[in-house]
Amino acid sequence: MTATVRSLNLTTLTRADVEDFLYREAALLDDWDLDTWLTLWAPHGVRYVVPCNDTPDGDPDSDLVLIDDDEQLLRARVERLNSRKAHREFPHSRTNHQIHNVVVGPVEADQLPVAASFTVWRFRNGKAAAFVGRHRYRLVGDGNELRIQFKRSVLDMTEMRPAGDMAIIL
Amino acid sequence: MTLLEHGPEQVGLLSRSPLVDEDFDQHRFRIHRETMTSPIVLAEEMARIFDRCWLYVGHESEVRNPGDYVRRPVGGRPVFMVRGAKSGQMHVFHNTCPHRGAVVCRHKSGNSKVFQCFYHAWSFDSEGALVGVPGREAYGSRLDFDALGLRPVARIESYRGFVFACFDPGVPDLVSYLAGAREHLDLIVDSADGAMEVVKGTNEYGIDANWKLLAENSLDGYHAVPTHDTYFKYLVGLGTDVSGGVTGVGRGLGNGHAVIEYTAPMGRPIAKWAPQFGEQAKEDIAKLRVELVARYGEQRAARMADHNRNLLIYPNLVINDIMAVTVRTFMPLAPDRMDVTAWQLAPGDEEPQLRKRRLDAFVSFFGPAGLATPDDSEALESCQLGYTSGGVEWNDLSRGMTRETNSSIDEEHLRAFWRQWADQMGAGGREESR
Repeated sequence: MTATVRSLNLTTLTRADVEDFLYREAALLDDWDLDTWLTLWAPHGVRYVVPCNDTPDGDPDSDLVLIDDDEQLLRARVERLNSRKAHREFPHSRTNHQIHNVVVGPVEADQLPVAASFTVWRFRNGKAAAFVGRHRYRLVGDGNELRIQFKRSVLDMTEMRPAGDMAIIL
Repeated sequence: MTLLEHGPEQVGLLSRSPLVDEDFDQHRFRIHRETMTSPIVLAEEMARIFDRCWLYVGHESEVRNPGDYVRRPVGGRPVFMVRGAKSGQMHVFHNTCPHRGAVVCRHKSGNSKVFQCFYHAWSFDSEGALVGVPGREAYGSRLDFDALGLRPVARIESYRGFVFACFDPGVPDLVSYLAGAREHLDLIVDSADGAMEVVKGTNEYGIDANWKLLAENSLDGYHAVPTHDTYFKYLVGLGTDVSGGVTGVGRGLGNGHAVIEYTAPMGRPIAKWAPQFGEQAKEDIAKLRVELVARYGEQRAARMADHNRNLLIYPNLVINDIMAVTVRTFMPLAPDRMDVTAWQLAPGDEEPQLRKRRLDAFVSFFGPAGLATPDDSEALESCQLGYTSGGVEWNDLSRGMTRETNSSIDEEHLRAFWRQWADQMGAGGREESR
């Protein structure tokens, strides 16, 4: 993350800098190092949203969504997935979080909007599932690091059925 | 009822009888695992259960305006529900062109006065009438075009906003069918002052398990604490008092319907505060409770406000009124595979801040990415996998069977489902009747 250290000025970050950050997030998720993954988030007022498959424009304040985590629920999700009692993810799936089509900026109100396509592969019990869609992030600078203030993962699969469920983090 | 009572033509359809074996004196209520694994059983279920029972189609709030429609499978068949633009009446049509078969309604939902089959451009109005045939003169004058309208399903009725269809024209009316389940639908709808609506957004997921496992799981109080440990930990983390545990009763409601009614640490948007709703919600929820008491009296209001209910409307509709209200239906695709579709129901005139808390409460537990639902999927798939191991023929479902009143963690309500199933399938065996 030398590029980030060199400049906390969000306006001078290159797409490669942002990609490095997103690849790091993907690697932490694939490694199931969720405690470190949590440190990628901004300290306050974070939100992680996944709308329902049939309502990609879903507003978590008024519509049913799949995930609408604030800081507390995000921590509960991680604590759960780290435990032996998250039965759907014990033992953990093997996953591969793939990031592509990254589009960065421009900076608005000290936040850097980032869009990126994702394919997340999940393998468990001899079954394979792919989650396909597009992330929208708002990244912020915190000290010398980039942090996630907001993340919204919109699924392109019209239904969750082929994947069964989504107990993992995208 | 035994297999033989159904007449010789049905003997041999099921590979063994009984599949549901009940003997009160031996404290025995067991389900043969072939009920979960056999393609023959599934074929019989399609014919004897899904083609004969009232099945949930959708909620009237989904098609509020004339011409509004939703397309969905019901009982494994593609149908669509539309509010007639002229009549304002609800219709449920088989989604197939009476001409050559193509699906007529191809969008998932929307509003339209005309449904045109794209194949040969026959078109139908929202009441189902055939209103357009390109080159009509080629059919001469004797063809009865009135008979070529969209085909409605055999029966459609609704109860308090819940629309049901049945493919059997001879089925008794819906209210009789609902039997004791009506009371619980009333409690849910009345608590919202009669005006519930489906919240935008649908959970459409799948489980590699037999559909009856979800019927059981949806009102299986016994599994809640051991399976959903991580959810209860989350509640404790919020400061929830879980010392009262989960206590209540379970019972059959007639025709295979069943309910558990219980108190639990979770809050209820109407109207029991818990830390998950936040301090600032205390006043709002207290006010809702006062309104309920004013409207219904202390006793009925307490039942509405303080008690959760997991309601199974036989065969495949679940309405769980807990920290939020979920409406869930499921259909088998194979003995070891089901599609699950779930919606959230809420009062139509709910204050935005209350709606938000309700949404949060729903999504923390329910849905394919909630803190609880995926673990249910895992449990069901684990059972299904376990059945293939062999060595054990029967599931035990006898918990509490000799008690006068069954608790919500006993299994009398599940036995009610299975007794109806066995009667319909001609697969029961009862050594005595209570």
